[in-house]
Amino acid sequence: MPGLVTQLINLFAVMLLLLSFALLSQRRVLSLIHLFTLQGATLVMSTTAMAFFTGQPHLYYSAALTFVLKVVMIPWLLHRLIVRLNVRWDIEMLINIPTTMLLGIVLVIFAFNLALPISQLSVSVARGTLGIALACVLLSFLMMITRTKAIPQVIGFLAMENALFFAATSATYGMPMVVELGIALDVLVGMIILGVFMFQIREQFDSLDIRHLEKLKED
Amino acid sequence: MEALLFVLGIPLAGGAVLGLVGHRDSASDLNVAFSFATFVATAVLTAQIIADGPILVLHEQFFVDPLNVFLVTLTAFVAFTTALFARPYMRIERDHGKMTPPRMRLFHSMYQLFSFTMLLALLTNNMGLLWVAMEAATLTTVLLVAVYRTPASLEAAWKYFILCGVGIAQALFGTILLYLASERVIVAEGGGLLWTNLDAAKGSLEPTVMALAFVFMLIGYGTKVGLAPLHNWLPDAHAEGPTPISAVLSGLLLNVALYAILRCKVLTDGALQTRFAGDLMIGFGLLSVVLAAFFLSRQRDIKRMFAYSSIEHMGLITFAFGMGGQIASFAGLLHMTVHSLIKSAIFFTVGHASQKAGTQVMDQIRGLMRVSPTVGWGLMLGSLAILGMPPFGVFASEFLILTTAMRDFPWATPLLLLALGVAFAAMLGKVQPMVFGETTVKPLAHPPALIPVFVHLALGLMLGLYIPPYLDNWYQQAARLIAGG
Repeated sequence: MPGLVTQLINLFAVMLLLLSFALLSQRRVLSLIHLFTLQGATLVMSTTAMAFFTGQPHLYYSAALTFVLKVVMIPWLLHRLIVRLNVRWDIEMLINIPTTMLLGIVLVIFAFNLALPISQLSVSVARGTLGIALACVLLSFLMMITRTKAIPQVIGFLAMENALFFAATSATYGMPMVVELGIALDVLVGMIILGVFMFQIREQFDSLDIRHLEKLKED
Repeated sequence: MEALLFVLGIPLAGGAVLGLVGHRDSASDLNVAFSFATFVATAVLTAQIIADGPILVLHEQFFVDPLNVFLVTLTAFVAFTTALFARPYMRIERDHGKMTPPRMRLFHSMYQLFSFTMLLALLTNNMGLLWVAMEAATLTTVLLVAVYRTPASLEAAWKYFILCGVGIAQALFGTILLYLASERVIVAEGGGLLWTNLDAAKGSLEPTVMALAFVFMLIGYGTKVGLAPLHNWLPDAHAEGPTPISAVLSGLLLNVALYAILRCKVLTDGALQTRFAGDLMIGFGLLSVVLAAFFLSRQRDIKRMFAYSSIEHMGLITFAFGMGGQIASFAGLLHMTVHSLIKSAIFFTVGHASQKAGTQVMDQIRGLMRVSPTVGWGLMLGSLAILGMPPFGVFASEFLILTTAMRDFPWATPLLLLALGVAFAAMLGKVQPMVFGETTVKPLAHPPALIPVFVHLALGLMLGLYIPPYLDNWYQQAARLIAGG
C-alpha cells in the first residue's frame, strides 16, 4: 500500500513540475491562467490523496481550502482582471523560450541535489517530492524574472505559492491549521491588493508593461 | 493575559473603526488615541512581565519573554509618536491636494493594521504565524507606499510587493523545513512550530535540515530587514511613500524582521553547535554596511539618503548579532533601540523640511534654521546622533560593536570603520547646508508636531549616558537568550 501511495504522490509531483515548465514556456495570458488553475487542481488532488492515505483529517480541510482559493477564486479574479484590463494576448519575454527551458533544467538539477540529503531524513511517505517542490519554486522564480508584464509576474508569484504549499503537504503532512488559514488569507488579500494595484498602474502608464517601472535607479 | 489581548485588540479594532470613519477630520485624533491606548496596554503588559516573569498564554500560541517585551514596548511607543507626527503632517498633505478623503481613510486604517501585524509578529509563539504576520505587514503598507499614485510611487510599491513577496516566500520554505525538522522530535499535536517547544528541543533538531532552513529564513526575512544584496526595495519604498510610513518602516518593520531572524538563529545555533548562522549574518551584515555607506554618499533625495542609512545600521546590527556573545548581543539590542528612536525622529524632521521646501531634493532645501529653528536643530542633532557622535546612544552601541569586532574579528574592523567614515562625511556634508545658510523654504500652514522628535532624541541621548537598571536588566536577559549562554 505505501508503495502505491508514494507512486501516486510522485505522479502528482511530476505533473506539477511539468505544469511549471508549461507556465514557463506559455506565451498567452489566458493559457497561463488555465495552466495555473490546472496546477491548483493537481495540488488539490495530491493533498486529498495524502489525506486519504495518511488519515490526517486536517489535510482534507486544507485540500478544500486550496480548491476554493486556487481553483475557483484566484483564477476567477484573474479572469475578471484580464477582461477588465483587456490584456488577453500579449506576452513578451526577456529571454527566448529555449534558453529559458535550458535554464529551467539546470535549476531542477540544482534543486534535486540540494534536497537530496533532506529527503532521506523525512518521515513522510512522499519524501522524494521535496526536491520537485523546490524545483517548482525556482522555476516560478525564473518565470517572474523573465516576464516583462505585470500579470505573468503575478501568476509566477502565485505558482511559487503553490509549490510551497506542495512542499508543506508532501514533505510534512501539512502545516498546523492556524498557519494554513493565515497563509491562505495572506494570499487572497495579496491577490486583491495586486488587482487594485494593476488598475492604478494602468491608469498611470496606459500599459501593464513593468519596464515602465524602472525609473528609480540606484544613483 | 488581559493586557496581551488589549495590546493586540486595540490596533485591530482601530483598523476597523478607522476603516469606517478614517476620512473625517477627527480621524487623525482618533488614530493618535488608538495608538496611545495600545502603548498604555503594552506598558501594563511590560510591568506585569517585570513583576511576574515570562508568560505563555492562549493554548501556547502567544508568549512574552525579555527579548520580545522590550521590542513590543518600543514598537508601540514609536507607533504612538509617529501617529502624533502624522496628525499635522497628513493635514498639510491634504491641504496640498496630495491626500483625498478616501486616501486619508486608507492611511489611517492601514496604519493601525500595520501596528497590529507588527505586534502580532512579536508576540506570537508560532513560527508560522510569525511568517503570516510579516507577510501581512507588507500587504498593509504596500498600498500606502503607492498612496500618492505618482509613477515613481507606483513603481516603488510594485518593487516592494514583488521583492518582499518573493523574499517572504523563501522564508515560508524555511519555515516548512523547520517544521520538517521538528516533526521528528516534537510529537504534540499542532505544537511543531511553537518556538518554546522548538527551543526546548533544539539540541535534537536535525542539523542538515536546520542549516538549510536558516539559510532560507535569513534570505527571506533578510529581504525585509533590507540586507544587501536584497535591499533594492527599501530606498524606493522609503522615498516615495508618505513620511510617517517611512518612519515606521525604518523604525519598526526592519526591527521586527530582524527579530524573526534572531529567533531562527537561536534555534539553529542550538541544533548545529557551530558558528554557521553567525558567520552568515556577519557576511550579510558587513556587505550591507559597506554597500549602503557608498550608495548613501551618492544620493540626492533626502529620504533615500536616510533609507540607505537605515540599511547601513541594520547591517551593523546584523553584524553584531552575528558575532554573538553577551556583549555584542547587548550592543545589538541597544543599537536596535536607539536606531529606531533616532531614525524615526529624523524622518519626522525630514518630512516637515521637505514639506517646507516643496521638494525632497537635497540641493533645493536650504537654510532650515532661518525659518524654523526647531526643524533645523532636530535634523542636525538627529543626523549627528545617527552618525554615532557621543554622547548619543548610537555612539555607545557602535563603540561596543567595534571593540568586540577588534577582539574577535579584527579583519572586519577596518571595513566597518571605513564605512562609518564614508557615511559620516557624506551625510554631514549634505545635512549642513540644508540646515544653515540662506533660506529658500516657506513656513507651514499647520504647526508641525515636533515634540516627538525631541522626545526621541532625548531618549537616544539618555541611552548614551545612562541606561536605567531595569532596562539594563532586560537587555542582559535578552542578550543571554540570543547568545545562548
